[in-house]
Amino acid sequence: MTARASRRRRAAARLPALLWLPAGLGLTLFLLPFAGLLARTPWRDLPVLLASDIVTDALRLSLIASLSAAGIALLLGVPLAWLLARAEFPGRSLVRGVVTLPLVLPPVVGGAALLFAFGRRGLVGEPLYDATGLLLPFSTWGVVVATTFVALPFLVITVEGALRNIDPRYEGAAATLGAGRWTVMRRVTLPMIGPSLVAGLVLTWARALGEFGATITFAGNLQGRTQTLPLAVFVALESDRDAAVAISLIMVAVSLLVLVALRDRWWRAL
Amino acid sequence: MSSADLDASFTVRRSERFTLRIRLSVPPGRTVALLGPNGAGKSTAVEAIAGLLPVDDGQIELAGVLLDCPRQGVFVPPERRRVGVVFQDYLLFPHLSVIENIAFGPRSRNMGRKAALARAQEWIERLDLGGLEHCKPRELSGGQAQRVALARALAADPLLLLLDEPLAALDVTTRTRLRRMLAQHLEQFEGPRLLITHDPTEAFLLADEIYVIEAGEITQSGSAEDILLRPRTPYAADLAGCNLLVGNASRGEVDTGTHVLHIADTEIEGPVILTIRPNAVSVHRTPPAGSPRNCWETTLERIEPLGSRVRLLTGPPLPLAVEVTREAADELGLGRGSRIWVAVKATEIGVQPDGAAAHITREGEDRP
Repeated sequence: MTARASRRRRAAARLPALLWLPAGLGLTLFLLPFAGLLARTPWRDLPVLLASDIVTDALRLSLIASLSAAGIALLLGVPLAWLLARAEFPGRSLVRGVVTLPLVLPPVVGGAALLFAFGRRGLVGEPLYDATGLLLPFSTWGVVVATTFVALPFLVITVEGALRNIDPRYEGAAATLGAGRWTVMRRVTLPMIGPSLVAGLVLTWARALGEFGATITFAGNLQGRTQTLPLAVFVALESDRDAAVAISLIMVAVSLLVLVALRDRWWRAL
Repeated sequence: MSSADLDASFTVRRSERFTLRIRLSVPPGRTVALLGPNGAGKSTAVEAIAGLLPVDDGQIELAGVLLDCPRQGVFVPPERRRVGVVFQDYLLFPHLSVIENIAFGPRSRNMGRKAALARAQEWIERLDLGGLEHCKPRELSGGQAQRVALARALAADPLLLLLDEPLAALDVTTRTRLRRMLAQHLEQFEGPRLLITHDPTEAFLLADEIYVIEAGEITQSGSAEDILLRPRTPYAADLAGCNLLVGNASRGEVDTGTHVLHIADTEIEGPVILTIRPNAVSVHRTPPAGSPRNCWETTLERIEPLGSRVRLLTGPPLPLAVEVTREAADELGLGRGSRIWVAVKATEIGVQPDGAAAHITREGEDRP
């Protein structure tokens, strides 16, 4: 143990001193905002603030939307990742590009695009409304669609990478033992990518929980119907600073929890 | 011809430059070895017979059922072929325990979970894996993993057993011990057995019939004797140089009647067959340093050039075929009648109980 500690010290000693300054500044950039948040937190009023209608409504909506997004991502994202990893078809790289687009696209633009597609006069929205009376924008379903749109790529990319990493000969071995394609997928492939699948799901969920731009553009900001936690923070900053701080604190706590829980699975995988 | 035969006669084109042409048949209860150097197409043959790779032409038939025949549009997928494969690196499912790995086959064939586990337990007992039921594959030694792989293949109740370099991943000592175990279990399996190997010792000791494969083509087939006595290609001729000796083993020593050899396997007892590769024997003009345990003085009886190498035949007490490079032979100033010292590492001597390979000729008869 001491040998390892001294080896580590020696490795640290070899770093040029010049590196310490920018590295420290970078770290400060991350830490200061949290310090500011904590310093501004009205600890005494916190229970009351967190129990207010705005907060509980937003929390409920956020949980519904983010968990739905994660669920839909599981149902649609895994097959999509499978296709990208295993199937040979023309335009595959184009499909991969489209799938990962929401990762780099400003969420506001995503929200606007959703509006043009599913809005009252949208490409799909208009016939959908005429046929069923269903209107996605400014509804809770709209929140789910917007968050799924933004978060789905995280799952697809994680699962696709995991599928590419496993040796396909395991699947061949399973087939020689009498397992059909469905059994191979259920009993060999999925368990083997299990850790990555969990990591991808949690990341997807966390991204959905923090979604702001696409949601406010596509679904608006109606308390109890489309106002999720990030939206509530944005509104509260204008009207009730203490409430904004309290909600922010919840989100920081949740994010930290996720990162700590995933530290072994996800960060090492990277 | 019995109805449980494997009959394969097919072509697989892997690239412009490599085409595999296989024609072999294996009757039930017999072991056929496909013996060839690396890159000869052995693994492609495994994949084709197991159904992991469709053939381009020809056909594969097992137990009277056509498995693959492009001309008739027949292709039975691997999961319905009942071909048990022991893969070279075993491919045990890393997320499943030993018993779940072995139960995988029965469960995939719609056996209930309980029944499948009971079936797996039987194979665990049969292959002496008791106590390892709940280990994960990464916790197993190479020898244990090999036995689990064999148990997993056999528990799926295959019609054909395919062994792809089953011992290649093991160290020499384990290999000797497991070869014995493998011989027993091969004998108990009633269907045709096909052994893929690059190791002539393995082929000679485990197989009833050997197909030599080189660069995608089968160049020779026959019993070990046929190949040893009448090699048709330089590769087979090289194999023919393999020394086969018989003797009695006891506590890590084998008495051949004229000489006592030390072997790595200290457990084997009774009549054994030994194999020594000609290039595993070193030649010296003076007693070699480091006093290897198998070392004796003898006379050089014959010396013949073999390309860039030279083949030597040593005299009593233990006649051996030995191969050295031409430079080494010149350097040592070897000639007929030279007094020399020869040495063989114990780990370089292949050991197999006599009887499991009774068809192999006795010492001396196999040499031209």
